[in-house]
Amino acid sequence: MITKEAIISNGAPSETFTLNLGPQHPATHGVLRVKMTMDGEYIVRAEPVCGYIHRMQEKMGENRTYAQFLPNTSRIDYLSAMIYTHGFVGAVERALKLQVPPRAEYIRVITSEMNRISSHLVWWGAFLLDLGGFTPLLYAFDDREKILDLLESITGSRLTYSYFRIGGVYNDIDDSFIKGTRAFVAQMRPRLKMYRALVTDNIILRKRLIDIGPISKEMCRRYGATGPVIRGSGVPYDVRRVEPYSVYSEFDFVIPTFPETDSMARYLVRMEEMAQSLRIIEQGLDKLPAGPVMAEKVPRVLKLPAGDYCYAVEAARGRFAVRIVSDGKEIPYRVKLRTPSLSNLSLFEEASAGMLLPDALALMGSLDLVIPDIDR
Amino acid sequence: MTTSSEPQPKADSALPSSPPAVPASSAAPAPQAAAAAGLQSSVTSKPTAVPASPPPNPLAHLPLPFKGVDYAAKGYHCEATVSPDQVVAVAEALDKEGLSLDTITGVDWMAEGQMEVVYDYFHPAKALRVVVRTHIPRDNPEIATIHKVFPGANWHERETHDFFGIRFLGHPNLTPFLLPEDADFHPLRKDYAP
Repeated sequence: MITKEAIISNGAPSETFTLNLGPQHPATHGVLRVKMTMDGEYIVRAEPVCGYIHRMQEKMGENRTYAQFLPNTSRIDYLSAMIYTHGFVGAVERALKLQVPPRAEYIRVITSEMNRISSHLVWWGAFLLDLGGFTPLLYAFDDREKILDLLESITGSRLTYSYFRIGGVYNDIDDSFIKGTRAFVAQMRPRLKMYRALVTDNIILRKRLIDIGPISKEMCRRYGATGPVIRGSGVPYDVRRVEPYSVYSEFDFVIPTFPETDSMARYLVRMEEMAQSLRIIEQGLDKLPAGPVMAEKVPRVLKLPAGDYCYAVEAARGRFAVRIVSDGKEIPYRVKLRTPSLSNLSLFEEASAGMLLPDALALMGSLDLVIPDIDR
Repeated sequence: MTTSSEPQPKADSALPSSPPAVPASSAAPAPQAAAAAGLQSSVTSKPTAVPASPPPNPLAHLPLPFKGVDYAAKGYHCEATVSPDQVVAVAEALDKEGLSLDTITGVDWMAEGQMEVVYDYFHPAKALRVVVRTHIPRDNPEIATIHKVFPGANWHERETHDFFGIRFLGHPNLTPFLLPEDADFHPLRKDYAP
């Protein structure tokens, strides 16, 4: 490999120029700008500039009731909308001490894990598109379509579900959904094997990802990175396991970790997570209890007792936490949304220093950014 | 509004669920007239059973005012209210404990003339969530930065400066983060009017 030092010692002039990546660049998957100071092909400093699609979700939380804010939570990270709604309704239920019926909790887990797979499939297709492979995107969207059809049949929506309600879920799942989901699980397992043969074991992909963009365990900790990023650094941190919420403690699944810390490790974590999500879905359907899907005695007017309440969930990109501060009124006093993409991107400046530009794009893709999740 | 429960078929008897919540509210002689009053009673009657043993404090060995919190009720294990000049020392202590910075945010208590700065920490290996709070005067909201301890604080502090106008002294780049680059307003202040 030709190093920067070797080029400079051969007498090449050392000067820097500024390169703007974005805000309308396909590799940023949204409206993110990265101001890069370049020394030839090498990055001296890459500073992400955020806020291009900032919508002030937290202010919207302060001028409407809890139930009215609920649809907003689907629009933060639109790819894992289901899980984000879980974080918000979980915080409200914690404050109200609402007992959610077990059937509703199981449905929440099943639909959340389907949402996680569909989110990872978008990442997979888009990431490989960044790296120059067009075909995988078509496979990914083919499989994702099946999930969206299933979720549409029970939620009425294909992306921004707002399916979880305070105290349960909007409506019960039916036999055709259960049958369709079982068929999907049976179909998806061989597809994951095919993905491995088709893409993961491809030598070009491995050369693009192995040893590229190492993010150490310590760097994850200092920046608060979570999700597949920290698990790709060998730390088995998963909110579903560390702080089990909903009924996740009743499921048997593995938290995949890879100690290599490079982009390939983060890639492999997500591929393995899809297989684990399939296991969770299958167990959920097997154990699905009967009963109502909505708690009784949910007050029509929601007033949370004064105080602050937190609830954290494991979204597709990492730890999503909601903090509600209530002063006892119908409208929240403060809603803080802690999103994983923001913390995951914040380490990019340090991690990308000294890298080649195409490698840095591989690193950025392996972080799985959703820009509305950062900007909120 | 779909938040209230739809009239469910009374299949409740088949369920082994929710014995703890139901007797608490049904035992309380709350009038069913106002739904909010019914809620209030279920909330106030619950703690009578709980405070038999105070929640354990996992950070009791630190010389800091941490106290244990009931995780099921609040969503965190441990909290402390410190004076504004202590936040860097607290961050250093928690850094040594192996915790990671979750987020930094503010709460505008306009009536009290105070700004609350809230630091959330989590442990990347075990179930330990820690909340550190401090209060600073609302008319001169200044506090030291902790980005030297946790570099991840850089963006959280910039965001908190955007939203509340809290100045983090010693911050290397306290420019608008999510707001437009010429923004001179702080939308989460309670007296903000667009």
